Amino acid sequence: MAKDKDDIIEDVTGSEYKYGFTTDIETETISKGLNEDVVRLISRKKNEPEWMLEFRLKAFRHWLTMEMPTWAFLDIPEIDFQDIRYYAAPKTGTEEKNWEDVDPEIKDTFNKLGIPLEEQMALSGIAVDAVMDSVSVKTTFKDTLAEKGIIFCSFSEAVIHHPDLVQKYLGKVVNYRDNYYAALNSAVFSDGSFCFIPKGVRCPMELSTYFRINAAETGQFERTLIVAEDDSYVSYLEGCTAPQRDENQLHAAIVEIIAMDNAEVKYSTVQNWYPGNKDGVGGIYNFVTKRGLCEGNGSRITWTQVETGSAVTWKYPSTILKGDNSSSEFYSVAVTNNHQQADTGSKMIHIGNNTKSTIVSKGISAGKSRNSYRGLVKVAKDCKGARNFSQCDSLLLGDQCGAHTFPYLDVQNPSAMVEHEATTSKIGEDQLFYCNQRGISTEDAIGLIVNGYAKEVINKMPMEFAVEAQKLLQISLEGSVG
Amino acid sequence: MLVIKDLHAKIGDKEILKGINLEIKPGEVHAIMGPNGAGKSTLSSVLAGREVFDVTEGEVTYEGKDLLALPAEDRAREGLFMSFQYPVEIPGVSTVNFLKTAVNEHRKYKGEKALSAGDFLKLMREKQALVEMDAKLMNRSVNEGFSGGEKKKNEIFQMAMLEPKLSILDETDSGLDIDALRIVSKGVNTLKTSETSTIVITHYQRLLDYIVPDFVHVLYDGRIVKSAGKELVAELEEKGYDWIKEEVDGKK
Repeated sequence: MAKDKDDIIEDVTGSEYKYGFTTDIETETISKGLNEDVVRLISRKKNEPEWMLEFRLKAFRHWLTMEMPTWAFLDIPEIDFQDIRYYAAPKTGTEEKNWEDVDPEIKDTFNKLGIPLEEQMALSGIAVDAVMDSVSVKTTFKDTLAEKGIIFCSFSEAVIHHPDLVQKYLGKVVNYRDNYYAALNSAVFSDGSFCFIPKGVRCPMELSTYFRINAAETGQFERTLIVAEDDSYVSYLEGCTAPQRDENQLHAAIVEIIAMDNAEVKYSTVQNWYPGNKDGVGGIYNFVTKRGLCEGNGSRITWTQVETGSAVTWKYPSTILKGDNSSSEFYSVAVTNNHQQADTGSKMIHIGNNTKSTIVSKGISAGKSRNSYRGLVKVAKDCKGARNFSQCDSLLLGDQCGAHTFPYLDVQNPSAMVEHEATTSKIGEDQLFYCNQRGISTEDAIGLIVNGYAKEVINKMPMEFAVEAQKLLQISLEGSVG
Repeated sequence: MLVIKDLHAKIGDKEILKGINLEIKPGEVHAIMGPNGAGKSTLSSVLAGREVFDVTEGEVTYEGKDLLALPAEDRAREGLFMSFQYPVEIPGVSTVNFLKTAVNEHRKYKGEKALSAGDFLKLMREKQALVEMDAKLMNRSVNEGFSGGEKKKNEIFQMAMLEPKLSILDETDSGLDIDALRIVSKGVNTLKTSETSTIVITHYQRLLDYIVPDFVHVLYDGRIVKSAGKELVAELEEKGYDWIKEEVDGKK
């Protein structure tokens, strides 16, 4: 019965989609708001199989019973979940966007970051085909990957072409019950990436390169799933240094990573979503659940992040160290300036024996911002020989910003060795003057000092992005002098 | 090269420099001595452009330019160098990286091309030898964990790298043992030319035995109250500052 109703709706509204979905977005029922019909619509628009729709509906129904969490050290105004558009038509590439119309501020940042012009255009949503032969570029990469049996495609494609794999692993690391935003994402996720590396295969390229040229529409509710089978390796980079604007304010993504025996996954993030203006108006809310499962013995997951954007960043890339001898590292630089806020850190859950984890978190606060580190190191009762080292450093620029630390250590086995270090420092006027007296401008001096401070983390990033990340750090602190 | 006319400066509400007059020609070495609190360090900070001090009156002309109108980094790029009394530490920034940035900023300002990594290293090794600087210190963060002597040697090393026209040595001798004093002085003397000038700020005669001044000035209560040749140094060492203070206060 329900199916018939769907068909009727499809018939009536389906024809209009051919002529530009945007018109339909305007209509009341589909534009804003969230209810079961919207969830069904999303699933149908993507031609998803029944099991996928069921997954979404279960999550949605559970979300309805939950309440927004308020335990973070963040000031977030009320979010009206009915005032959000949960579905947007995928860009067809025939948009009439002109390069001249692109915000000069954005172009200026692109130039500062040293991004080549073709990529600048692609990132601004200019129809890429008109600028470079994107089709052939994409095809080359796809061929190389296909030869090795590596699957790398959009999540939506994976649901249709690799349903067994997706069904097997989806939600195994981040259950929809895990938290409020995980439930929301599981109900309305838009798209993301799916990556599968078969046994013994070492992915020959940074999956970042592919991603950048693709200039994917990073949606509001991104869903990414990475599966690395025994003895495989992949390095994946999410995001880009270029500033990204989006009319949608709420971004609640989920990233799940599973690493089997002796597999290694490196996941790097560079996040520079619009942070709001100098008075703290506007800006993206970036609420993310990222988790890795070191399922296999000897497996390894490394998280590296450079977070400079968003009005509010709320995320704890974490790893469950289930396999014996598995290990995980978390390296982070989080910058907050003006009125930005960040409550970020990591959770390392030690279950298997002789598991190791490292957390290096570098916070940089400027302006009137608030930057918090929140970390959990948990060692299970039967976990023997666990090792953890955590270091959380805060650097303060100026005297109106805040840096806070909330470390949690929950160690239930006496053989564990857990270390925690924390430092807080300022960039002193005397240091800046010393640099000035050697002919270095204050702006450059801050760049030098901040990059020296963040070096340990930046060095863990894929090379091409390390350089951009350095420039990005400097740019994001512009105007913080004083 | 440098003409200071009636310079007044304060920090907060406290006036420290109360009318400094001084003229320095190319090739000259001027020593500035005086009791604590006289304003010696304030003078060097004001010349270098430290913003915490306010200039309330007076002018300073450097190479024909209005020095006070330039921001600190431009003064440096114009060839003004200060060796700090208490060199600050900059964790995370290696000495190599720091100096390469500084040298290339100077070059950019003068319209010269930046030095390649290879050329820069060559320059560094050359100058390191001059001040007997331990090469191992180059890869450490600027001044981090350096002993007092190493910090002062690092100042002179930087001076050698940047080749300034006017150097202000602010109590360079404080915290130095005899050997370090000798090395630092040798460095300064080697760098001296007939085109460059030096202001040596110190309490003690010893440094001035090595870096021989052409002129000696006594700074007391924010003013230069006595100027003479190098024979004044021995007189001060013997009699202290009291006789000068009495002379000055007596006149009031």
